[in-house]
Amino acid sequence: MKLTAGAVIVEPGNAAKNKTGSWRAFRPIIDVEKCTGCGICSIYCPEPAIHKGKPAKVDYDYCKGCGICANECPFHAITMVPEGKR
Amino acid sequence: MRRMLTGNEAAAIAAKLARVKVISAYPITPQTVVVEKLSEFVADGELDAEFMKVESEHSALSACVGAAATGARTFTATSSQGLMLMSEILFVASGMRLPIVMANANRALSAPLNIWCDQQDSMAVRDCGWIQLYCENNQEIIDTTIQAFRVAESLSLPVMVCYDGYILSHTAEPVDVPEQGDVDEFLPPYQPQYVLDPEKPVTMGPMGVPEYYEDIKCMQQEAMRAAKEKLVKVDAEFGKKFGRRYKLLERYHSDDADVILLTMGSLSSSVKEIVDRYRERGEKIGLVKLRSFRPFPVEELIDALGHAKAVAILEKNISFGSAGALFLDTAASFINVEKAPLMLDFICGLGGRDVEALQIKEAIRAASRAAESGEVRKAVRWLGLREKLVGLRA
Amino acid sequence: MSEVPFPESLVAPGHRACAGCGCILAMRLALEALGKNVIVSMATGCMEVVTTPYPETSWRVPWIHVAFENAAAVASGVSAALKSLGKKGVKSVAIAGDGGTADIGLQALSGTVERGDNVLYICYDNEAYENTGIQRSSSTPFKAWTTTTPIGKFSRGENRPKKNLPAIIAAHGAPYVATASVAYPVDFMTKLKKAAAIEGPTYVHVLAPCTPGWRIDNSKTIEVARLAVLTGFWILYEIENGKLNVTFRPPKRRPVADYLKMQGRFKHLTDAEISEIQKMVDDQCKHFGIE
Repeated sequence: MKLTAGAVIVEPGNAAKNKTGSWRAFRPIIDVEKCTGCGICSIYCPEPAIHKGKPAKVDYDYCKGCGICANECPFHAITMVPEGKR
Repeated sequence: MRRMLTGNEAAAIAAKLARVKVISAYPITPQTVVVEKLSEFVADGELDAEFMKVESEHSALSACVGAAATGARTFTATSSQGLMLMSEILFVASGMRLPIVMANANRALSAPLNIWCDQQDSMAVRDCGWIQLYCENNQEIIDTTIQAFRVAESLSLPVMVCYDGYILSHTAEPVDVPEQGDVDEFLPPYQPQYVLDPEKPVTMGPMGVPEYYEDIKCMQQEAMRAAKEKLVKVDAEFGKKFGRRYKLLERYHSDDADVILLTMGSLSSSVKEIVDRYRERGEKIGLVKLRSFRPFPVEELIDALGHAKAVAILEKNISFGSAGALFLDTAASFINVEKAPLMLDFICGLGGRDVEALQIKEAIRAASRAAESGEVRKAVRWLGLREKLVGLRA
Repeated sequence: MSEVPFPESLVAPGHRACAGCGCILAMRLALEALGKNVIVSMATGCMEVVTTPYPETSWRVPWIHVAFENAAAVASGVSAALKSLGKKGVKSVAIAGDGGTADIGLQALSGTVERGDNVLYICYDNEAYENTGIQRSSSTPFKAWTTTTPIGKFSRGENRPKKNLPAIIAAHGAPYVATASVAYPVDFMTKLKKAAAIEGPTYVHVLAPCTPGWRIDNSKTIEVARLAVLTGFWILYEIENGKLNVTFRPPKRRPVADYLKMQGRFKHLTDAEISEIQKMVDDQCKHFGIE
C-alpha cells in the first residue's frame, strides 16, 4: 500500500473490503414463500445488505443484523434469528 | 510596462496575470484594495474568473479549498484577524496539499485592536504548513506572487506571500509589470494530481487514523523541505525570463561583516540605507534579508551568518513567553554548529510603530558591543519603546 | 476484490455506521436520487467519520471533507470552480448534520444561500451532536434528553424549542426548501431530484433517527421516523419560490405520545409534559393546515 499526499483515497468504495457481517448478533432469515419481492427491505436497509428480488437476498458479508428489514416487511417474511442458532 | 503601483495593486495584478480562476476573499484593512481591484478586473471582463462574495475569512479559505480541489487555480488575500479566523483551514489546506496562493498584508493582532503593520499575524501561523515568503518592496510582491503559483502547483503546497501592511500595501512605488504573454509562458495552466471529478471519483480529507496520520504528516514535512530547492529553481527561471532574482535570502554587504543585521520585509530597505552609511565610514556592518521563512533555509543562513561575531535580529513579532520567531529559528539553526555568532533579538515596529534610524543604530551598537566583549548581556530587547510610559527598561 | 458488492449503490457497504443508522440510509437514498454526477462536500460528523477511515472510503462519487462548520462554503467553492472551468452537468452538493448546519455551520450556509450559489444542501438531522456522543444541538427537540441536557434535579432535558432551519433558509429567499424523513424515501428522493435540477441554492432537511442517541432499538429506526410524520411532530413539505406545499398529510393524526413513548430520550416525560409537547405540535400543525 502506498500513502498518498494529502491522504487522498483513489479507490472509490474500497470500504467494501471491510465485511461488517461480523458485527451481527442476529441474522435475518427470509421466508421465500411469504416474500413477494416488493423490495421494501432493500429500500430501508442502511448498509445496503439486501438485494431486491423474489425472494429478497441478504448479503451476509455486510448485514449488521439491525432488524429494520424484519420490522418493515409488510408480509412478515423476515425473521431475526440469533447468530449461531439454526 | 512600468507603473506606479501600491503593494495591494501589485498583488492583485499578479493574480490577474496568473489567470486565477476562482477568487474567494473577504475584505480587511489593509488588504481591502486587493479584493476591490480583483472584483473590478472580473467586473470589466479583464479577468475571466469567479469572484466569490464570501461572508467571512473562514468561508473564504474554505471555498478556496473546494475550488482548488475541483481543479481551479485559486487566490485569496487577508491580514491579521482574518488570517486568525481562517487559521483552522490553513492547516487543512496544507494537510490536503492544495496549491492555494494567498497575499497577506502583514498587520498587528488584537488585542488591543490595531490596523497597522507588524508581522505577528503570519508569524502566529508559521506552523501551519504554508510556504511563507516575505517581500521587501512592491516589485518583489508582484514577482513573488507570480512565482508562488508555480511553486505551489509543482509541490502541491499552499503559499503565503507576505508584505507589510500600509508600508507596502498602500505605498505606491515604480513596478515593472510583466507582460501577460511572458507570464503565460512561465506559468502553464494548473494540472492537479488529484481532482474532484465524477469520471474518476476520489475521496479527499478522510479521517486520518493513528495508523497513518504521522506518516502522512512526515510526507508533508518532506514536501516542505523539497520546497527549498523548488523555490530556488523557480526563482532562477523567473530571473532568466524577467531579469529579476531574489533567492531564499539576500546578502547585503554581509560577507565580510563582523556585525550582521537580519530582517524580513520592508524593514530591509531601511536597514540597507543604514548599512550604506556605516560602510561609507568604513565599518563592517552588513544585512541579511530573509525572504523565505518557511521553509526555513538553515544551510543558507549558516553560510551567510556563520562568520559574523554578532547578529542583530530585527523583527516585528514576539512569541509571548519566549522571543521573536526569527530569533528562535535562527538560533536553533546554529545549535549544533561549532562556530556560531552571538545573537541579539530586537523586537521593534509592533502595531505600526516606525522603526527609525536611531533604533537601527541602537541595535547595531548593542551588537557591536557584544561582538567586542564576546558576551550578550540581554538577548531579547525592544526598540522604540516609550520607556517612561511602560516603566520598563527595553 | 473479485466482485463489487452492490455496484448500483453510490455508497458502498463496509462503512462503520451503527446497525440501524437512519443517517447512512439517508446518504444512500440521496445518492441514489442524485446519481453519479455530483461532487459531495461533507462536514465533520457521523457520516464523514464512518465512511472514510483512511485508507478506506465508502464513497463512489467525488467527495471532500474539510471541517465541521464549512460544508456550505466548500461546496460554494466547488460550484465556483466548476463554473469557472466551464464544467457542466456536475452538481455541487453539501451534506452536513444538524450540528454542522444549525449551529456552527449556520454562517456558511447563510452565505451560500444569500449569494445564490448553485449548491444543493442536505441536512441530515439526528437532532443532536451524535458523533461526539449525543450532545444537544439547536435542532434537539424540546424536552429531549442529551448528555448536555440531562434529566436532573434542575433540568428536564432540552429547554429550548427546535430551531426552525427550513424557515430560516426559506427566509433567505432560496428557490427551493424541503423537509423529508427517511421513512418516506420516495418523497425524499423526489424532493432531492427537484432541488438538484434548480440552478441556485436549494435545501433539503431530512429527519434521520440515531439509534443510540434517541435510545431506540436498532430495528425501529424507520418506524420512529414514520411516527414523527404521522403524529405531526415532523411535517413533510416544500417551499418553492416562497410558496408552501405540504407533501404529506397524515390521514388521521396520531397523538404525539405514540412517537415519544418509542424513544428512551423522552422516557422521563410526565403526562403534563407530553401534553405541553402535544400543544406545540398542534400549533405547528395548525400553521401548516394539518388537522
